[in-house]
Amino acid sequence: MENLHILFDAPILSLQLLIDGLLIGAIFALVAYGMALVWGVMNIINIAQGEFVMLGGYVAYFLSLYGIHPIWGIPAAAVLMFVLGWVIYRLIIFRVVDRDLFTSILATFGLGILLQQLANELFGADVHTAHSGLKTWFLFDGMVTVAQIKVLAFVIALVIGGILLWFLKRARLGQAIRATAQNARAARIMGVDTDRVYAMTFGLNAALCGAAGALVAMIWIIQPYLGLPFTARSFMIVVVAGVGNVGAVFVAGVALGVAEEFAGFLLGAQFQTAFVFALLVLILVWRRIRLSRQRKYLI
Amino acid sequence: MSAYRKPLFYLALLALALAAPYLAPAIRTQMSFLWVMIVFALTWDVLGGQMGYNSFGNVLFFGVGMYTCAMVQQHAGLGYYPGLFVGMAAGGAMSVGFAVALGWGILGLRGHYFAIGTLGLGIAAAEFAGGWDYIGAGSGLVTPLYPGVVGARETFFYYLCFAVAAATFLTLRWVYAGRFRLAINAIRDDEDKAEAMGLHTTLYKTVAWSIAALFLGLIGPVAGNLIGFIDPRDVAFASSSYGVWMLLMAILGGKGTLWGPVVGAAVFHITQELFWTYLLGWQRVALGLLIMLIVVFFPMGIMGWARERWPERFGQRVDEGAK
Repeated sequence: MENLHILFDAPILSLQLLIDGLLIGAIFALVAYGMALVWGVMNIINIAQGEFVMLGGYVAYFLSLYGIHPIWGIPAAAVLMFVLGWVIYRLIIFRVVDRDLFTSILATFGLGILLQQLANELFGADVHTAHSGLKTWFLFDGMVTVAQIKVLAFVIALVIGGILLWFLKRARLGQAIRATAQNARAARIMGVDTDRVYAMTFGLNAALCGAAGALVAMIWIIQPYLGLPFTARSFMIVVVAGVGNVGAVFVAGVALGVAEEFAGFLLGAQFQTAFVFALLVLILVWRRIRLSRQRKYLI
Repeated sequence: MSAYRKPLFYLALLALALAAPYLAPAIRTQMSFLWVMIVFALTWDVLGGQMGYNSFGNVLFFGVGMYTCAMVQQHAGLGYYPGLFVGMAAGGAMSVGFAVALGWGILGLRGHYFAIGTLGLGIAAAEFAGGWDYIGAGSGLVTPLYPGVVGARETFFYYLCFAVAAATFLTLRWVYAGRFRLAINAIRDDEDKAEAMGLHTTLYKTVAWSIAALFLGLIGPVAGNLIGFIDPRDVAFASSSYGVWMLLMAILGGKGTLWGPVVGAAVFHITQELFWTYLLGWQRVALGLLIMLIVVFFPMGIMGWARERWPERFGQRVDEGAK
């Protein structure tokens, strides 16, 4: 906490942390949209969420190796990951979709370990980054730096959130997804092919994670083991925001980004991941204490 | 099993366990880890199987015990053996302290929130340990050198692991024989009704977690000294290896039984050693696949399957007419 007085001495630094947090938080929100979707529609908490992000990052990285600008990695990762998500649903997830939550948590945890170890064997444990070639803006005489790629990530997350909202409200498939989330049995009676809806939802989730992963590869670094913190972040965002609210997910994601930036600065970068997981535990305990006053439980 | 065959069975098992380091001296370390795995599976099953609280973070107590003991060994200035045993006691006590302190907040969570909360707890502990310079931070700790002759170390730790595993098994056997098991089973089946019936559920849950923490806090120091190097993320708080193996072994053997975790740990450990030998490099990929296969296709476990196959052996009457 020695850094606390620096923030008072140089208030401009707070602005820097705030901007960075806001922009980074948008990526967390992007991953959390997918988790909220799968959780709300299929009643599955996908622990492999972060591994989808990691794989999306590798798509952008490999494209950049072949001379294709990694910006194109965003749609490419989304499409490839959609296919992968669809295949994973057809292979594994459909078997656990109507089982209890613990089974699906454990199965997706196994899936996550499988994917990260596969990535480790195939791509190696080295750290990679996809150079976007975008510049950095200097504001206030260079006191505040804003990387253009982070702004782009923020805009993309916002746009995807908007499209998702429109898609769920207006599109035929979106309406089927919402109907299935409300009551899968009733939806089946009304002629919705819920199996197809589940496959599409899981693919959509993987596509969102893939797009986020391509951004992660451009902003930070990618390596096979980066997944679990992203899963934890999206889980706590959804716990705070609720499963059925895209806007709240965005706000909670951005708030988490800001909290993380400040925590990383105050506690030191080596404790930033620890902060994420400790915050997860604290949020759960806090929610439970709030609810238990009304004799309710987090179910 | 009839009345005289049961003690005979236990005696034969005891004799085999005691003679094992002399029968197969080359694999003493692997056999020591078999006992460690049995402690993992047994302690996980106290909550996961008997009480219905599926914890992903029990590895926390393993690491807390390991670090506490290493600190005692480094700073207390005792000899090797007193240092180790005092350290083990301190590790067990510290783990129980953690279980009681954390239990108040964490054990109120239910279902999947408990699962994910404990997962967060285990990883948060690993990250804190990895950033805290006093306990070696990311570069880990080296445990003191064993003072005995070459080869005596493996035998010593084999018997120590066996002693902790036997103590765990016997304690759980004694605990499960009484009212305590009925209480925690009631919590598993319906916690609200159990509470309405007048069970002090919070107390039972905390005690159950403390039992698991105690034995994990005792085996942690032994395993740490056996490995010789304490890494915060890969040894002490290894959520994605030990942490998930714990529940996998218990599920593989059969949740909610006394022998299930023991059988599951043995089968899993042998399978894993074979993976290690024949699939070098790909063993962790195979493990991920194994987790999914077991969870999706074999959730009742070996004991559950055996109970279905030969119900009369488990004291269940079979109605011949119904078949």
